[in-house]
Amino acid sequence: MSLRNFISEAISPWMKNEGPDADIVLSSRVRLARNLSKPPFPIAASKEQLEEVIDLVNKKCVTHTHRKFGELELLRMEDMKKNEKRVLVEKHLISPNLSDESKAGAVLLSEDESLSIMINEEDHFRIQVLLSGFQLTEGLRYANEIDDWMEDKVDFAFTENRGYLTSCPTNVGTGLRASVMMHLPALVITRQMNRILPAINQLGLVVRGIYGEGSEALGNLFQISNQITLGKSEEDIVDDLRSVVSQLIQQERAARESLLQQSKLQIEDRVFRSFGLLSYSRTMESKEAAQHLSNVRLGIDMGLIDNVSGNILNELMILTQPGFLQQYAGEILSPEQRDQRRASLIRERLKLEN
Amino acid sequence: MLCQECQQRQATLHFTKIINGEKTEFHICDTCAKDKGEYIPGSNSFSIHQLLSGLLDVDQPISSSGSGFMKPRAELRCESCGMTYRQFAEIGRFGCSNCYKTFNEKLDPIFRRIHSGNSVHGGKVPRRIGKDLHVHKEIERLKQQMQEFINSEEFEQAAKIRDKIRSLEKSLNDKKEG
Repeated sequence: MSLRNFISEAISPWMKNEGPDADIVLSSRVRLARNLSKPPFPIAASKEQLEEVIDLVNKKCVTHTHRKFGELELLRMEDMKKNEKRVLVEKHLISPNLSDESKAGAVLLSEDESLSIMINEEDHFRIQVLLSGFQLTEGLRYANEIDDWMEDKVDFAFTENRGYLTSCPTNVGTGLRASVMMHLPALVITRQMNRILPAINQLGLVVRGIYGEGSEALGNLFQISNQITLGKSEEDIVDDLRSVVSQLIQQERAARESLLQQSKLQIEDRVFRSFGLLSYSRTMESKEAAQHLSNVRLGIDMGLIDNVSGNILNELMILTQPGFLQQYAGEILSPEQRDQRRASLIRERLKLEN
Repeated sequence: MLCQECQQRQATLHFTKIINGEKTEFHICDTCAKDKGEYIPGSNSFSIHQLLSGLLDVDQPISSSGSGFMKPRAELRCESCGMTYRQFAEIGRFGCSNCYKTFNEKLDPIFRRIHSGNSVHGGKVPRRIGKDLHVHKEIERLKQQMQEFINSEEFEQAAKIRDKIRSLEKSLNDKKEG
């Protein structure tokens, strides 16, 4: 398969670098946790009981076409190869937990992959809407529509007092987790992140590096999400997150501006060094790739590089993960082979730009 | 320093918790810590709860002397999925929707701790079940009223209300089958 075809098949709409403030907010995600009222939650249910949950969804939801998301396809984890599941995890469509731990896991996917409903993960259902750019309000609206649409067909566990009942007490109430993936290189370079992170935590929000471990943020990508799910309305939760994200966007823009004015030469040097490494390297680890992709993306956004499209970071952060590299190669690769393939995929991808 | 919970024994466990920037200090005795420990749901990672239960697994000499306080309460167990409160505290996950009812008396402090002081839902109410909730509430209210009429021997009134209840219950059942 040619690289161009492989990319067009592998890319979900949320990686396309569209939508408001897409230069800083790469994607917005809204997730609702829901459970059926009768059967035990996945942690306490038997395989048979969980199979019944899948059958119920198969009967009631798959046969109906939803007007926004079209036809939904049901994929059972047990029918999928290991690397196929890994690719879905790398696209953020399912969780590692569903892929590896569930007794009887499945996922409902919309054709454009902006909607995924995980079945029998920690809860019976995890409705997830994933959009590109800063679109939390839209994400909540779509997730609510899907929620209503499912509620017409199946009985959710809900009480007036506690709201939607979830397996983990940290999700009870709205079952809502709203999050954004942000690219914040200028705040990291100017060392403002260390000051900002604790402030965000104090507002009941959580910040994580997306691909890194612990507090390390690979590719200067951060995920910010709400922590509290009980006692506040869905709209308030999303609004609180939105206002913090808006401020971060402003701060990042201001930091980029001051970098351009005060240390343009250093920034240019940094950006073009990374561009050179990505263009000519013969082997590259994922950590190194993430850092250089982040730099090049910053260069594009600041107008220093103008012949490369901006979605290169979104695309290549996904496509250079092990699962995708193996899918493209059509075989299982050793870590050394992956580093080699990664470097060559990035080189080829950059050539497509010219 | 006396234990802030029971105000009777010497506080031996001191810890500080910071949730969303809100700092809370705890000074409690071994016995109360044992009770409290169950309120802190465990997660996959190493939690305060594990730390506490690890400490408290050792038999404390004080517990043998304070006989009155130490009687273990009958353990809560969910009828529907069989999960005990102890299991819930260990794995930090409910087993089914009925667990919320079974453990209800213990949940408020847990939720308040996790959700910045909130323990009551303030968001969306599902359209279909939401409607049923109102009907269920209305039925509860009517049943009470009927009982009052029966108590005051106004059977004619009670019969009227009984018919109302029946028609409401019928509407609920019809919806389920339809």
